[in-house]
Amino acid sequence: MPKIIYVDINGARRECNVANGVSVMEGAIANGIAGILAICGGSCACSTCHTYIDPEWMDRVGAASDIEDSTLELAYDRKPNSRLSCQIEVTDKLDGLVVHVAQNDG
Amino acid sequence: MTGKAPIIVIGAGQSGQQICDSLRKGGYEGHLMLLGDEASLPYQRPPLSKKFLTGTLEAERLLLRPASYYEQQKIDVHLNARVDSIDRAACRLRLRSGEALAYSGLALATGTRIRPLTVPGAADANIHYVRSLADGERLAAALKNARRVAVIGGGFIGLEVAAIAREQGREVVLIEAFERLMARAVAPQVSAFYAELHRGHGVEVLLGTGVDAIRTVAGEHTVVTSTGAEYTVDLIVAGIGVVPNSELAEAAGLACRNGIVVDDCARTSDPLIVAAGDCTWHMNGFLQREIRLESVQNAVDQAKSAAASLLGQSSVYCQVPWFWSDQYDIKLQIAGIGMPHDQAVLRGDVSSGAFSVCYFRDGVLVGVDSLNKPAEHMAARKLLAQGTPLSAAQAGDTSVDLMQLARGA
Repeated sequence: MPKIIYVDINGARRECNVANGVSVMEGAIANGIAGILAICGGSCACSTCHTYIDPEWMDRVGAASDIEDSTLELAYDRKPNSRLSCQIEVTDKLDGLVVHVAQNDG
Repeated sequence: MTGKAPIIVIGAGQSGQQICDSLRKGGYEGHLMLLGDEASLPYQRPPLSKKFLTGTLEAERLLLRPASYYEQQKIDVHLNARVDSIDRAACRLRLRSGEALAYSGLALATGTRIRPLTVPGAADANIHYVRSLADGERLAAALKNARRVAVIGGGFIGLEVAAIAREQGREVVLIEAFERLMARAVAPQVSAFYAELHRGHGVEVLLGTGVDAIRTVAGEHTVVTSTGAEYTVDLIVAGIGVVPNSELAEAAGLACRNGIVVDDCARTSDPLIVAAGDCTWHMNGFLQREIRLESVQNAVDQAKSAAASLLGQSSVYCQVPWFWSDQYDIKLQIAGIGMPHDQAVLRGDVSSGAFSVCYFRDGVLVGVDSLNKPAEHMAARKLLAQGTPLSAAQAGDTSVDLMQLARGA
């Protein structure tokens, strides 16, 4: 099972096993990562699962789709490495991925 | 909020879960109880009429938070718990089980229930509705074996179910009493687009057609329409609206009017009691009028105000409403409340399947429907939130970049 490393809004680093096929957001919710809200449940409608992808991983994670790119407009403090974690599917290729949780509340 | 009695949240849906979450985030460290009358921890309802019906999404993935969250947050969850009455003078609830619970603060997040079809024969027709996880599980299983499906009601729920049923290869007839689809929510040109979309996918769409009766013989149901036509199907799904669960509040003497009446901070007339979500008739800070909204956005944002009010703060609920509906490969996103309006301006080309409709009232933008135009939806939410002026001429001119306009404000 791939490992995803979440750095939460308090800076705490957690290594979590996340099953292939679920989203990075679902992995965060299941592991109680602080700061991931995901109020739309992964429909790419709210931007409350906003994360920053560790620069080393940007190539492997890839770019946001058009719809995600638009939804990110609602995110607070969007950066070039911003992604909505509900739109990133966990695969073996992402084993070791480091994501930093953005400010999603407020 | 003094004393040892817990804050109790009645209703373990999206709003109830959010109230608990916001109470903890807001610093409430006392006993917190969440009562739900279903068997499941709080879960997402929107997928129940969408992807969940395909059977490819496990129920566990609908949970808003895993069981461990409630332990960590010390949220005392009681499932299958139904509240029978609230004694406001004594600050006590009585459960169906007979148990009495004292509260120091109370939040009502009781949601809605389906409006049942009551035509002759409906009771014997094993009609499916989509509200709860149990409903979704039953319908997903029934769809697998169905050949021909009648969907009664051409609102969001009915149309989403029709789309899934068609994608699974079922024959579908959709019966809508109004002359157009989603009439409560969208403009006629959007309704017309969806009627064509569904017809193009092979749904028989009947508009301006009621259901007079249903006859059930040996597991087959014959739906008799107001035009006298008969459709024999093996599965009936009805999505004809919901009613707010406000009886508990009403019996406790709280004001109710198409929902539990609350102010713009989600407060009822009782200083110890708040309410949030689909069940409230609320003063909406953004709309500046009273309304009842059925949406995730309302459930979550109003819950935050409700939690703040329980903590003695005042946080006005003032958020742009938004909604979405997935049908086939079209994502409808709605920003604001376009109804009522005096002008609807088309933006883009309907035939392309990607366009928006901007609604104006007294020359002011009040809502935008976007079909496969996520950027315009997001721009609309920003424009509405900021109150950025947009003219009808600008709205109809696709060379005007709405996002740039929103950013520039």
